[in-house]
Amino acid sequence: MAITLRLPTVLAKAAGGQTVHQAKGATVGDVVADVSAKYPELGTRLRDAKGEPYPYVIFYLDDEDIRFQNGFKTPVPDGAEIVVVPAIAGG
Amino acid sequence: MSIARPVSELPPLSQEEILRYSRHLIIPDVGLKGQRRLKAARVLMVGAGGLGSPIGLYLAAAGVGTLGIVEFDTVDVTNLQRQVLHGTKDVGRKKVESARERIHDVNPHVQVIPYETRLTSDNALEIIKGYDLVVDGTDNFQTRYLVNDACVILGKPNVYGSIFRFEGQSTVFCTTEGPCYRCLYPEPPPPGMVPSCAEGGVLGILPGLLGLVQATETVKLITGIGEALVGRLLLVDALRMQFRTVKLRKDPRCPACGTHEIKELVDYEQFCGIRGAEEAESVNGIPTITPVELAARRKKGDDLDLVDVREPNEWEIGRIEGARLAPLSSFAESLSTMDSARDVVVYCKVGARSARVVRQLQAAGFKRVWNLAGGINRWSEEVDPSVPRY
Repeated sequence: MAITLRLPTVLAKAAGGQTVHQAKGATVGDVVADVSAKYPELGTRLRDAKGEPYPYVIFYLDDEDIRFQNGFKTPVPDGAEIVVVPAIAGG
Repeated sequence: MSIARPVSELPPLSQEEILRYSRHLIIPDVGLKGQRRLKAARVLMVGAGGLGSPIGLYLAAAGVGTLGIVEFDTVDVTNLQRQVLHGTKDVGRKKVESARERIHDVNPHVQVIPYETRLTSDNALEIIKGYDLVVDGTDNFQTRYLVNDACVILGKPNVYGSIFRFEGQSTVFCTTEGPCYRCLYPEPPPPGMVPSCAEGGVLGILPGLLGLVQATETVKLITGIGEALVGRLLLVDALRMQFRTVKLRKDPRCPACGTHEIKELVDYEQFCGIRGAEEAESVNGIPTITPVELAARRKKGDDLDLVDVREPNEWEIGRIEGARLAPLSSFAESLSTMDSARDVVVYCKVGARSARVVRQLQAAGFKRVWNLAGGINRWSEEVDPSVPRY
């Protein structure tokens, strides 16, 4: 069963204009890699040069912050939803 | 979580106030006690812009007794699409003045304390310490980290909201049991990565939505009712009209609220990489041309490739005659259309994006390339007023 990756509109442009993506992967990192393979520009917005998450783009797996689990190595259950939350500062 | 004062410390309400707040007083959860708590409350608003407008108007109407407002800016006509605290007649006035006047009209019982200054590491603790809580309606990362650290040091709740285009985030930081801004975002993005509202735009209604979430949380904290938005981050997507909350955790390694390594305020421009970026830019020395110089060269009949790197929706608003469109978002594709033997002048709205393109072109070997200083907006001011500014 596919995993759903939800992007904010600010990142949609780098992902073919779509905010919701169906992807595959056993871990959060695998899911990010799967979507990034289709959209390389998005990949650079989600992972740093070492392939790790940036401190200003947060990943929530079923509403739980992956930094308090195993980061990109956190296992993803079938049908799970990953929400990407980047820092914004407008007011 | 509540900052509700004990009843013995609360001021009485006058008969006029009892009538004014009658719709609050008849809610058992608020009642006379809650209204007196609102009257006793001292709330500091940082920013009287998009978020600050609904926050100020509704907190005043609700009867918050003292509203401090930190705001250095003046009202610009481009603010009026969302900053409903200010009106057309206020363009050019100090925002703290128009805010005070408008709030006084909404509710003359509210004491407004204006701070016509930027919040800085030098004044933040002194200003914030006299308040019960802070509502963060700023528009940049450095002030958000400053507000956060000051609130952690002083033990004041920070009612947070931020917006971009169609989306917003809100939560309550810096309560004794809850996380702080640094627990969520330990480091800011590099300068230029996340566009501001001035650069990227914002749906005018969005700060209304998010600002009222902040105002709601503020009223709840003051009156001590409900379940505060602590340990949860509210994500608002106006395009799909979806509201979602994700869990926020207090990070024991957080240098502000976890290990308490941060004992005093630091240089937040440096922390956010702004000073370094400015220096790097000046060292690179991007060649610029002013609108008047460009107009003179065009008049002489010089062969120039005038390239507009804004997006197509901005091109539709207006353009410099004779320019061609090559949007920054797909500039790599346009590079093959450019001739390094010709003189190239690049422009955008105000000159920031075109400066990045000039750097790209220099890296690609272009020697005769200039950035139009101040972009199309300055061109409109100094050369051709028939081109709309925006």
